[in-house]
Amino acid sequence: MRQVDYGSSLNLIAAWLVALLWFSPLAYALWTAIHPVAYEVRFDLTAPLTFENFIDAWAAAPFARYFLNTVILVTMILVAQFVLCTLAAYAFARFEFRGREVMFALVLVQLLVMPDILIVENYKTMRALGLVDTIVAIGLPYMASGFGIFLLRQTFKTVPKELEDAARVEGAGLFQILWRVYIPLAKPTYLAYGLVSVSYHWNNFLWPLIVTNSVETRPVTVGLSIFAAVDSGVQWSIMNAATLMTSGPLLIAFLLFQRQFVQSFMRAGIR
Amino acid sequence: MRNTINLRLSWVNAWLLLTPAMILVIGFTHFPAVKTFWNSFFSTPRGKRPAVFTGLENYHYLLQDDIFWTVLKNNLLFSLGTVPTSVCIALAMALWVNGKLHGRGFMRMAFFTPTVLPLIAVANIWLFYYTPGFGLIDQIRSLFGLPEQNWLGNPDYALAAVIVVAIWKEAGFFMVFYLAALQSIPPNLREAAQLEGASSWYFFRRVAFPLLMPTTLFVSVNAVINSFRLVDHIFVMTEGGPNNASSLLLFYIYETAFKFWETGYAATLTVVLVVLLSIFSVGQFFLVDKRIHYR
Repeated sequence: MRQVDYGSSLNLIAAWLVALLWFSPLAYALWTAIHPVAYEVRFDLTAPLTFENFIDAWAAAPFARYFLNTVILVTMILVAQFVLCTLAAYAFARFEFRGREVMFALVLVQLLVMPDILIVENYKTMRALGLVDTIVAIGLPYMASGFGIFLLRQTFKTVPKELEDAARVEGAGLFQILWRVYIPLAKPTYLAYGLVSVSYHWNNFLWPLIVTNSVETRPVTVGLSIFAAVDSGVQWSIMNAATLMTSGPLLIAFLLFQRQFVQSFMRAGIR
Repeated sequence: MRNTINLRLSWVNAWLLLTPAMILVIGFTHFPAVKTFWNSFFSTPRGKRPAVFTGLENYHYLLQDDIFWTVLKNNLLFSLGTVPTSVCIALAMALWVNGKLHGRGFMRMAFFTPTVLPLIAVANIWLFYYTPGFGLIDQIRSLFGLPEQNWLGNPDYALAAVIVVAIWKEAGFFMVFYLAALQSIPPNLREAAQLEGASSWYFFRRVAFPLLMPTTLFVSVNAVINSFRLVDHIFVMTEGGPNNASSLLLFYIYETAFKFWETGYAATLTVVLVVLLSIFSVGQFFLVDKRIHYR
């Protein structure tokens, strides 16, 4: 019996060590951001708190505009993904037609060969469409998400066919069936997919970096990288304030709805 | 009679539902993939001079391109350094969070938070850790009388430093998948094992771990894909340097295409990347899949 106790307390210590290790970079960034520059590497619990760093960071770059761009981008992608993926998933889940397997296989290819990798050709496409340096161009390659189609298809398949038949008998059309039967029953999946999608596109960097080149279109991630690139003059505490600021909305949302976040990522991950 | 009309209609309906999504999927995945392959056999168009068919010339150049080999080696080391470690840590994290430990609410928060941060922000935070002399790591080292170290500026350490950041960012994400799988293990299995007097280590090794195999496969495939896809932190931390010591394949593609505007050669590099990704994920699938079934 004693041996078991020994093992489990060792386990507890290890767990706490890793947790603290994992937490420290963020805690440290927070420390520098809310204290005067003099306390960057001096850990003194009596150090005065300040909001100055955030104000300086906010003033040093057009972050307000970057935030607006990101919010527009994320909303646009989410709405488009919900609509496009719902329609496609419904077709895959409940219709029988020639070419279904082939089309579905084509959709699944996207899970491996993501638009993230095909930056060169997608840039050329955007140039041909005249969309370079627009927010639409950042979102367009991601709107028909293979992952979203797959996820919703799996969910729709679990909806009892009898419900659809009942609605049909009552004279409901295709979109009514979708709206009244399938979508309400798939709400948890939409929530899960929505959270995953929002955090993915809020954080996305490489493609927006390539396809934007003005303040009016840049999302916060690209804005932050430009802010950090001229770092010779920027102080660490201000940079950490800017860093926390750009991830702030997601971070706060996560801390408030932690359980939902983790559960959503879990649901989205079960295939 | 009514049935056949219905069926024919449903055939049309299905395609109507599918078309908008398929246009975008094909337009931004398959079309660029095929065009990338095609363009890898052409020279880069410049000014008024159009692209010329050059056959395998780009591939010849690739084989002799020292930077390509460096970057490929880096990426393999990066995958090797990040994938097994982050998967193992993720499993440990999931077991801890799923157990009855004190403070597992805090643990879950600490493990998962890096997942919701942008990689670019993560890189900024870690950049300060690595700053020579002034950064936290060197501050701690100085307590033990160790000299300053330019972690990101030293070709021997730059890649390792970047690997650490990737593990920190990714492990919590993978933990979630293990957590989901652990919660789907029927509790009566554990009860039965306890009745038989099996230790929890034995239970983990003989029952939980084999049951988690599909998750391990899924997580590993994702981890490998991510190790080729995520390069954001490179932009902030090292820009591939010093002397390409920490450059990864996708970062090199970005540089080739958007810094040097060698789009023909960038297409060739992209082909290599896609082929590598396919080999790894398909290979892993078959390899691990076998082990799951014949255990």
